[in-house]
Amino acid sequence: MSSPALSQFSIPFLMGNNLNAWSEALAGFNLLGLPLGLVILAAIPLVFIALYSLTYGVYGERKISAFMQDRLGPMEVGKWGILQTIADILKLLQKEDIVPASADKFLFVIGPGVLFVGSFLAYAVLPFSSAFIGASLNVGLFYAIGIVALEVVGILAAGWGSNNKWSLYGAVRSVAQIVSYEIPAAIALLCGAMMAGTLDMQKITILQSGSLGFAHFFLFQSPIAWLPFLIYFIASLAEVNRAPFDIPEAESELVAGYFTEYSGMKFAVIFLAEYGSMFMVSAIISIVFLGGWNSPLPNIGSLALNDMTSGPVWGACWIIMKGFFFIFVQMWLRWTLPRLRVDQLMYLCWKVLTPFAFVSFVLTAIWEVYVP
Amino acid sequence: MQELDTAGLGSIRVTRKNDHTVVIEKDLATEQMVLAMGPQHPSTHGVLKLECLTDGEVITQAEPFLGYLHRCFEKCCENVDYPAIVPYTDRLDYLSGMNSEFAYALAVEKLLDIEIPRRVEFIRVIVAELNRIASHLVAIGTYGIDLGAFTPFLFCFRDREIILGLLEWASGARMLYNYIWIGGLAYDVPSDFLKRVSEFITYFRPKTVELCNLLTKNEIFVKRTIGIGIMPADVAINYGWSGPMLRGSGVKWDLRRNDPYSVYPELDFNVPVPDGKLSVVGDCLSRHLVRALEMEESLKIIEQCIDKMPSAEGFNPRSAIPKRIRPKAGEVYARAENPRGELGFYIQSDGKSTKPLRCKGRSSCFVNLSAMKDLSKGQLIPDLVAIIGSIDIVLGEVDR
Amino acid sequence: MEEGKVFSQSVQQSAAAYAIIHEKFGTAVSAFDANETMPFFEVLDTGLWPEIALFMRDHAKLKFNYMACMTGMDYLAEEKLGIVCNLESLSLFNHKLAVKVKCARDGGSIPSVACVWHTANWHEREAYDMFGMLFAGHPDFRRILCPDDWEGFPLRKDYKVQESYHGIKVPY
Repeated sequence: MSSPALSQFSIPFLMGNNLNAWSEALAGFNLLGLPLGLVILAAIPLVFIALYSLTYGVYGERKISAFMQDRLGPMEVGKWGILQTIADILKLLQKEDIVPASADKFLFVIGPGVLFVGSFLAYAVLPFSSAFIGASLNVGLFYAIGIVALEVVGILAAGWGSNNKWSLYGAVRSVAQIVSYEIPAAIALLCGAMMAGTLDMQKITILQSGSLGFAHFFLFQSPIAWLPFLIYFIASLAEVNRAPFDIPEAESELVAGYFTEYSGMKFAVIFLAEYGSMFMVSAIISIVFLGGWNSPLPNIGSLALNDMTSGPVWGACWIIMKGFFFIFVQMWLRWTLPRLRVDQLMYLCWKVLTPFAFVSFVLTAIWEVYVP
Repeated sequence: MQELDTAGLGSIRVTRKNDHTVVIEKDLATEQMVLAMGPQHPSTHGVLKLECLTDGEVITQAEPFLGYLHRCFEKCCENVDYPAIVPYTDRLDYLSGMNSEFAYALAVEKLLDIEIPRRVEFIRVIVAELNRIASHLVAIGTYGIDLGAFTPFLFCFRDREIILGLLEWASGARMLYNYIWIGGLAYDVPSDFLKRVSEFITYFRPKTVELCNLLTKNEIFVKRTIGIGIMPADVAINYGWSGPMLRGSGVKWDLRRNDPYSVYPELDFNVPVPDGKLSVVGDCLSRHLVRALEMEESLKIIEQCIDKMPSAEGFNPRSAIPKRIRPKAGEVYARAENPRGELGFYIQSDGKSTKPLRCKGRSSCFVNLSAMKDLSKGQLIPDLVAIIGSIDIVLGEVDR
Repeated sequence: MEEGKVFSQSVQQSAAAYAIIHEKFGTAVSAFDANETMPFFEVLDTGLWPEIALFMRDHAKLKFNYMACMTGMDYLAEEKLGIVCNLESLSLFNHKLAVKVKCARDGGSIPSVACVWHTANWHEREAYDMFGMLFAGHPDFRRILCPDDWEGFPLRKDYKVQESYHGIKVPY
């Protein structure tokens, strides 16, 4: 099978193969004057988050942690416990939706919503394939960094509205942590943006494509790129409250942090938001440093592996695989490392990551200016 | 320096640098918050309640409240015969039932002044040391959980399960054994028991290294525990600390060595104390290290016991058990080295009854925990969790 | 000590320690009860107990720095309550000695030694909780294991359990 044939795989969608072709076709689709296409466009990431957190996020994490810990994980519901997540969802749906009597009802209810919206909004600018991006903004990366800060509002609303001391501690810790870690994270991403010369996520990705596959990725394009890459990865762990920076929810200290009082579907929404932002940061790091939807396989002589594995559908597979890989690393770290203390976390942010981020920023700038 | 506290305005510090300059500093007005940690809290290891007065994340005072698990063990003892107390002692420190039984048996045997067959002594030491390893595994594993590392906990429980299986094979129960009786044992060990124990030792040695890599050599773990909750040796003694807690403060004191009982004088083992190279002597990490090293020593003890064990021929584990246990009038205080420290039993007999007049359990956790108020002053909440974890309390023994 | 009876080394050590205390306090302490299981003496002048405790802790040849155990006691026949303290010189001399202190059964009070050994702090609270004797000068005197509003002192020999506690039937 020749390579063009494979990339023509998208023809059944009848939307063409060009840049952003699918998403633009969808956006223009109106039914009876209603922008139904836009709704579908917005629903696609939502369905994706729901499906991925169901399968990989919950079941996958349970199985992965189980194998790391010499256990079997869920084995009862269905073969190998495959249906366990469905059972969990059913349980969560049936749970009574409790709002504590002394809670601030408005904030308590709105908290999980804002939290989820914060992580969901960033999906608008994630290019899922060459032909699909929710909104191809020219300030996409900037928007992604900025919109995540909305989560802070949700966390604070949830923690304050619960009227629980543990929730308050968790919320305040979380806000301090996310706000602080945005600085090294943003500077590290700026290094990538500098290498690309644009903030448009789709353009950043295109700049990393080429017949040599992974060699075109920004991570391998400059000798300093590994530094912002590492800094962003560490900072992103803190931004999504994953171990070893899970101090806002620190179950052995703060019971469950800002979502101590939540149950039922509100709890599920918080969970969904967490998995949403896990994939979001993993996708951003893949896009900025690891070529997004580009195939990492190089063309070796006549064996055109790169051409064979390129195209919109392949692209979607690649970015999801890259994102899942980083989520796997996040899980791996979570089940290996203990948790940092609050002051150690701040020390790491302000005295280690931020200075190194600046150093990498300057070095990248020098590299970009003086090395062709 | 002069400190004025004006309500609502925060404190104003007036420092006199020299005769001419006076520095006045105003702090932000902060309000202290009472934080009830427990009795339902993931890291209080049961039903301990700590009422903390916090200023932000800093704890200005933490007052322990006990008694949620109080069964009045001592009252129960006054109402049953001497041998019937043994199952109650299991329920004191339910993570190391064998050691508790051992201490109680020692106390009554001292009062009765009876000779115990050598094979019984060796079996007792083996099961007690196995139980010590199991108990330390729980301590180390849950300490990992307290600091956010979940995986070591499950590794610990996987290995502990093997020990519990062995003890169940010998006694018939997983945790509440009722195996060491006054003057003997309930049963002799099964015929292949010693072989399986040696198999376990060969299996377990490499696993301690794995645990060490996950926790003791983990940078974050070390950072979280080093220099936290330091207890100087003299204060530790004054507080009555014992066991790994006291050794963590650098006092080489082990009842198996310093007040030997059973066959411990014949056995060769070290008493590990921190040397201050890996940790600050007396901090949480030292206490953790002592526990980790003690497991290795326990393995050594078990190996020696297996070698020295007299044959089972013609052996009756109940041969020395008196028909009717009625000690002469008198008092005794006997103790044994438990995984958590010195477990002592004070028993008073009136010489007429088959029930003790008074039986007091000196609980190691109870005494170790009493230093909590001093240890927690000025620490952060995460450090408080680290300190409670390093004390390694079992509320069954604290509350009795 | 009875003549002609050979005691083990640890009892002889305890006897030597007792001799120093006896020399200092004379008739305030009772005669030494030498027995193999738990050699002890009794403090006859209860008011002197903290002073004796401090002397035992700080004297250069005694150094009883470690309180292993403190047990509350109910001497029903003598109409008295008391405590038994097992003291030890940990890692210095390794000698052990038990001390008994008694007080009246109703409203009796024993001076606290919580300032001498921190161990005594919680143990005295426990003894009060179980027997009801008071410890004068204790820094934080309240019940420890039973709830604050529990009636009676469970380990007294004549203890009768209360009928109900906050509407919960107690004896079952």
